[in-house]
Amino acid sequence: MVGVKSVPSPAISADDRSHEVDHPSSQLALFGTEQPLRLDCGVDLTPFQIAYQTYGELNADRSNAVLICHALTGDQHVANVHPVTGKPGWWETLVGPGRPLDPSRYFIICSNVIGGCMGSTGPASINPANGKVWGLDFPVITIPDMVRAQAMLIDRLGIDTLFAVVGGSMGGMQVLQWTAAYPARVYSALAIACATRHSAQNIAFHELGRQAVMADPDWHNGGYADRGIHPHRGLAVARMAAHITYLSDAALHRKFGRRMQDRELPTFSFDADFQVESYLRYQGSSFVERFDANSYLYLTRAMDYFDIAADHGGVLAKAFAGIQTRFCVVSFTSDWLFPTSESRALVHALNASSARVSFAEIETDRGHDAFLLDVPEFFDISRAFLQSAGKARGLTSKDG
Amino acid sequence: MSAQEVLPFNGIVTTQSGNYRADHLLVAEMVKPGSKVLDVGCGEGDLLQLLETRGIDGRGIELSREGVNRCVAKGLAVVQGDADTDLVNYPDDAFDYVILSQTLQATRQPKVVLENLLRIGRRAIVSFPNFGFWRMRLQLLIGGHMPRTENLPASWYDTANIHFCTIKDFVELCDEIHVKMERAEALDLYGRPLRLRLPWWVWNLFGEQGVFLLSRGIGK
Repeated sequence: MVGVKSVPSPAISADDRSHEVDHPSSQLALFGTEQPLRLDCGVDLTPFQIAYQTYGELNADRSNAVLICHALTGDQHVANVHPVTGKPGWWETLVGPGRPLDPSRYFIICSNVIGGCMGSTGPASINPANGKVWGLDFPVITIPDMVRAQAMLIDRLGIDTLFAVVGGSMGGMQVLQWTAAYPARVYSALAIACATRHSAQNIAFHELGRQAVMADPDWHNGGYADRGIHPHRGLAVARMAAHITYLSDAALHRKFGRRMQDRELPTFSFDADFQVESYLRYQGSSFVERFDANSYLYLTRAMDYFDIAADHGGVLAKAFAGIQTRFCVVSFTSDWLFPTSESRALVHALNASSARVSFAEIETDRGHDAFLLDVPEFFDISRAFLQSAGKARGLTSKDG
Repeated sequence: MSAQEVLPFNGIVTTQSGNYRADHLLVAEMVKPGSKVLDVGCGEGDLLQLLETRGIDGRGIELSREGVNRCVAKGLAVVQGDADTDLVNYPDDAFDYVILSQTLQATRQPKVVLENLLRIGRRAIVSFPNFGFWRMRLQLLIGGHMPRTENLPASWYDTANIHFCTIKDFVELCDEIHVKMERAEALDLYGRPLRLRLPWWVWNLFGEQGVFLLSRGIGK
C-alpha cells in the first residue's frame, strides 16, 4: 500500500484561535444598536465590534494618522508579536522605528476587517440574536463594507482626515475604496500590488479555495463551531493553492528547485518527497492555526465582488473625479495575481482625473508576496512618497 | 563655470542641488510660477525638481523604470509611461504647460505627440537637438557618417533617437498643424541662448538645440 500523510493537524489549539475572535488581545471599539453598520447586501450589522492596534501618538492637530489596511489573511498585528502564533508583526519591514512608517512620526492604526477572525465581528463571532457562532448566518460583506466600518472607527478615534491610507493586495483594494468613498478624508494613498477590480482568474482561484473548504466533511455547511471542530484539511488545501499564486515560478525554482526533503531518493509514495511539497504543507498547516475557515470564505467573496468602476457607471475615472488625494501606486514585475497591467489601468484613470499620482513598478522575482518582503527599492519609494506628502501636509519631521 | 553665471535669468534658484542643465533653466524661465505642469520624458526628475523650487505643481511621465523609480524616490509625482501611447489617457486642458524636453526625436509619431501636448496643455514647451547644427552638417558632409556629439553619443544602430529634425523642420511642422510659436530660443554649443534677432537660417546653423514655447493656433 502506498504511504500517505495528509496535512498535519495544527499545533495550536482551536481555543487560542477562537479566544481571539471574541476577546482579542487588541483595543476594541464597540458599536451598539444606535450605530449599525449598513452593509451592501442590505442588512444592518448591529451590534458589532472592531479590534485594532495603534502605534505612536496622535499629534495635537490630529494630522499624522495613518491607517494600514491588511490583506486577506492578515490582521491588525502589523508590528507587534502575534498573540496566537508568537511570530513578529506581518509588516515590520515597513512599520517600526527607522522604517518608512515610523511610530515616532505617525499615529498608525490597523484594524481587523469586518468578516475577519481576530476580534472584529465576523462569521466566527457570537451572533447576539441566538448566542451561537454566526457561521453562514453572517451576512455577506464587501470591501466597501470593510471601509465603512473603518471610517466609523476613525470617527470614534476623533480623526477627520487620515494623513495616509496604506495597504497591499486586499489592503490595497481598501485603500482605493477609501479614496473613492471618502476622498476628502484621505490626504495620501499608498496602494500596493492591487487592482480596482478582482479579475476572472483571481475569482477562479478563490472559488477553488472555497470549494476545498466546503469539500471538507468537517465543514458541516459552515456549522463546525457548534460541533467543536474545524475543517483544517480543507482550509489548508485552500491556503496551499492560494500560496502558489502569491509566489512566482522563478521564486519557487530559486527557493526549492527539484530538491528532495531530508532524503536522497524518491520514496515511491505520496509523501512530501520534494521540498516544495513540504513547504506548502507547512504553509497550509500553520495557516489553519490562526484562521477561521468561514472567515476565509467571506473575505475571499468580498474581494471577488470588488469592482470600483462598476460602482461608478462602468467608468473608473469617475470614481476619482476631482480628487485631491496624493497617490502612490506600486506593482511588482513578477506579480501575476495583481499584475502591473492592473496598476497601469488604475494610473490611467487617475491621470484622466488629473490626480497627483506616482507609479513605480519594482523589478523582483518574488511575486505578489514581494510587498511583505525585504525589497529595498519599495521601501525607498514608500519613504520618499510619505516624506514628500508629509512636507506638503506640514508635518514636522525628524529626518526630513 | 556654474549655470547661474552662464545664464543670467531672474528668479532661478540654483543653490538647492547645484547646477541645472542649460535647457532646463530656459524652460523653467518660460513657466509661470504657480502653474500646473506635465513633464513628458522627465528622466530622473531634474527639471521637475527645478520647477518645484519655483512653486510649480509638476507631474512626470518617464519610459524607463529606473528613471521613474528614482523620481518617485525623490518624492516626485511621476508615472511610468510612453509619450507615444499614454498621452491619450489625459483629458483636454489638464495642464497649463506640457513639457517635452529632448524627447521629441525619440517618439514614434512626433506630429501626433505634438498635437497631444497642445490638447492636454494650454501651452507646450518643446526642446530638441538641432540636426541642422553646423557640426552635424560638417560630420555628414566631410566625414561622410551619421553625426555624433557629446550630447548625442549613440551610434546610428543603437540610438533611441529615430526622428531627428532641424529647427527649420520643426518650424515647418508647427506651421503645418497651426501651432503658434510664442517664443523661440536656440542654444549654442555651450548652452547659451542666441539672443540676437537673427534670421532662421542662422539659428538653424548655429543653434545646438532649439527650445520653443508653443500655444494653440487659430483654426485648421
